[in-house]
Amino acid sequence: MQRIGVFVCHCGTNIAATVDVKAVAEALGHEPGVVISQDYQYMCSESGQNLIKDAVKEHSLTGIVVCSCSPRMHENTFRKAAAAAGLNPYLVEIANIREQCSWIHKEIATATEKAVILGRAAVAKVHLNAPLTAGESPVVKRALVIGGGIAGIQTALDIAEAGFEVDIVEKEPTIGGKMAQIDKTFPTLDCAACILTPKMVECAQNDKITIHSFSEIADVKGFVGNFTVTIKKKARFVDETKCTGCGLCTEKCPMKKVPNEFNMGLDNRTAVYIPFAQAVPKVAAIDPNYCLMLKNGKCGVCSKVCSVGAIDYKQTDKFVEEKYGAIVVATGFNPIKIDKYEEFAYNQSPDVVTSLELERLMNAAGPNGGTLLRPSDKKHPHTIVFVQCVGSRCEDEKGKPYCSKICCMYTAKHAMLIREKYPDTEVYVFYIDVRTPGKNFDEFYRRAVEQYGVHYIKGMVGKVTPKSDGKLDVQAADLLANEQLHIDADMVVLAAAIEPDKSARPLATMLTTQMDTNDFFTEAHPKLRPVESATAGIFLSGACQGPKDIPETVAQASAAAAKAIGLLCKNSITCNPCVASSDELMCNGCSSCEKVCPYGAITYIDKEFRMPDKTTRIRRVASVNPAVCQGCGACTVACPSGAMDLSGFSNSQIMAEVDAICK
Amino acid sequence: MQVNNNNEFQPLIVAFCCNWCSYAGADLSGTNRLNYPTNVKIIRVPCSCRVNPMFILRAFQRGADGVILCGCHPGDCHYTSGNYFTRRRMTLLFSMLDFLGIERDRTRVEWVSAAEGAKFAATMNEFTEAVRKLGPNRRLEDLRCRKQ
Repeated sequence: MQRIGVFVCHCGTNIAATVDVKAVAEALGHEPGVVISQDYQYMCSESGQNLIKDAVKEHSLTGIVVCSCSPRMHENTFRKAAAAAGLNPYLVEIANIREQCSWIHKEIATATEKAVILGRAAVAKVHLNAPLTAGESPVVKRALVIGGGIAGIQTALDIAEAGFEVDIVEKEPTIGGKMAQIDKTFPTLDCAACILTPKMVECAQNDKITIHSFSEIADVKGFVGNFTVTIKKKARFVDETKCTGCGLCTEKCPMKKVPNEFNMGLDNRTAVYIPFAQAVPKVAAIDPNYCLMLKNGKCGVCSKVCSVGAIDYKQTDKFVEEKYGAIVVATGFNPIKIDKYEEFAYNQSPDVVTSLELERLMNAAGPNGGTLLRPSDKKHPHTIVFVQCVGSRCEDEKGKPYCSKICCMYTAKHAMLIREKYPDTEVYVFYIDVRTPGKNFDEFYRRAVEQYGVHYIKGMVGKVTPKSDGKLDVQAADLLANEQLHIDADMVVLAAAIEPDKSARPLATMLTTQMDTNDFFTEAHPKLRPVESATAGIFLSGACQGPKDIPETVAQASAAAAKAIGLLCKNSITCNPCVASSDELMCNGCSSCEKVCPYGAITYIDKEFRMPDKTTRIRRVASVNPAVCQGCGACTVACPSGAMDLSGFSNSQIMAEVDAICK
Repeated sequence: MQVNNNNEFQPLIVAFCCNWCSYAGADLSGTNRLNYPTNVKIIRVPCSCRVNPMFILRAFQRGADGVILCGCHPGDCHYTSGNYFTRRRMTLLFSMLDFLGIERDRTRVEWVSAAEGAKFAATMNEFTEAVRKLGPNRRLEDLRCRKQ
């Protein structure tokens, strides 16, 4: 006979305000098998848990139902409490009467009625719960970091620091990411390259870190502690082990008209190239779309000048398979394409640039050697207009609904740097709001306005029209003065919204992690588990999770590293015991389950059975490997004989819930 | 089936939600206080592919007026391919129910991600209204199961 304890939580007033918790406890007390039913202010508090522990001992409970918040929140808390009192932790069920009842319903009568029904379903289910024991599975003590920007670099360095091997997979020929393209950083105005490149070099020199540059993730298999990842090393037509990065090939290459993506296409590079001077690894790559040898079979200059014979035109994509215990995603962001914003004339005039293009124009390693010149006629600009929120906080299809977070600050930085270097240049910034939450951010913005005399105007730019004299007519509204403005600008700079990198979506599918509607990775809990994904063993670092500035990215990168280290420190991890198993007496060996299993956890074995007439017979039956099974339950439905069942969510348990709800 | 004080038909809706996307989506609609009717009762399953067509028939047999099955968006399944099985199985089941003369609007499969709290609430509002319009499920309910 089952002896079940029911505990109804008030959650302060979160539940108690809309659900009559006393009535719920009273009603559930009459359910079959329930020997004790009580309510308490906060079940998750220590005294609340003690209430459960004492009840288990006092009433010799065989099952517990807690009517409280979502099981995604506190299931583990109550399982641990049960275990502490000597009850198998899997004999605990949660009825979600907060997120799925009190918070969404207003009427006390109906909400209470629903809470009772949810509680009843949980009681019906717990009647059929079986004690389960979790197995253990070993942890591969190696981590994978996907993306080699500042987020990936910081995560890798921290993991390596703790003594674990870590691989960085970067899709570009060099690590460094967006930060390498940035000139100065706010609010300190220190040089981005000066603080980033030492970290890049550290990655290259650390013997615990392996950098797979110019590589992508082709496939991910396995689960927490035991991922098998296939890395596609794209053909760079240069032998990485031989190339010394001397750069002679790049000097001699006759194909010099390739748009330089590192400088946002503002100047050209050669077909064989090293992205920038401080690239790590400093190894050349050949762009097959432009290389004359690879396209037409005629040239071969680079191979002739290379003193170490590193050029290899026959190189092909290579696939390597590696095993990892933890994976950190650090795929970063990109500014959105702003071609569709025709009103800003981005496609019509080279003097309309994005902020990242401006970074390159102002950078000493950029196309103009650090002197700010108009891209069209290489003249010094005297009037510059900045437009904020291009595509951010946008309700329509063209843009993004969210705030890109970093634009207010980098625009203040650009404005300040320009006014500092060229005091004769007038700078106008059109904004919706100026958002400066962050340490020393508002002080920085105020300096731009007060000390550097940047003209901040609240209002949106309506139209930018290129004029025949080479200037740009900027038509805008000043919302505070309530007047229309026309500014003759030499340059217009657009603060484009940022979006997750395009590689993130297919990667999320491979990793079976969740994304939000904007393709940012979703964290396991927005407040309490901000660097973990809902999939165990996958961690999030940097702007792949949401727009972030550099300090925040670095903080999150170190946090993700700490979480990954916590996992890698363990020799083995507890497996989910809610796995499938087959009733050998019912199984007819048809292979239906084997075909639907996404993990290959089901195999067939020949087993000897004793028949009623005392003879023995050998039959083929399904056997589930509990260490590999992840407990999805696909096989349970595929099984035509009903032999396959899933612990924790068995056919009879779900059926009992259905019955209890429909009663 | 229930009837409230105003004599308005209150349909009983059973919603199966996968643990990783839709159940989290339901939690999110709770956290955001997005209302949907009390008629909806959620059953948590690890993956939408855990839902045996039998469970849905059982719910109708026991007097549910509508059954909705929510899972991760195609391609986003936590278990890689579970929701594809769901999609096929439910296509078959629903066409069978159609053949039996059960209204299509009583059953539904909806993909709701963990971030789509608003979609979850909207879906539940919509579905409950659709079932309310159809009236009680009389064809599949087994009167012997009805509580006296």
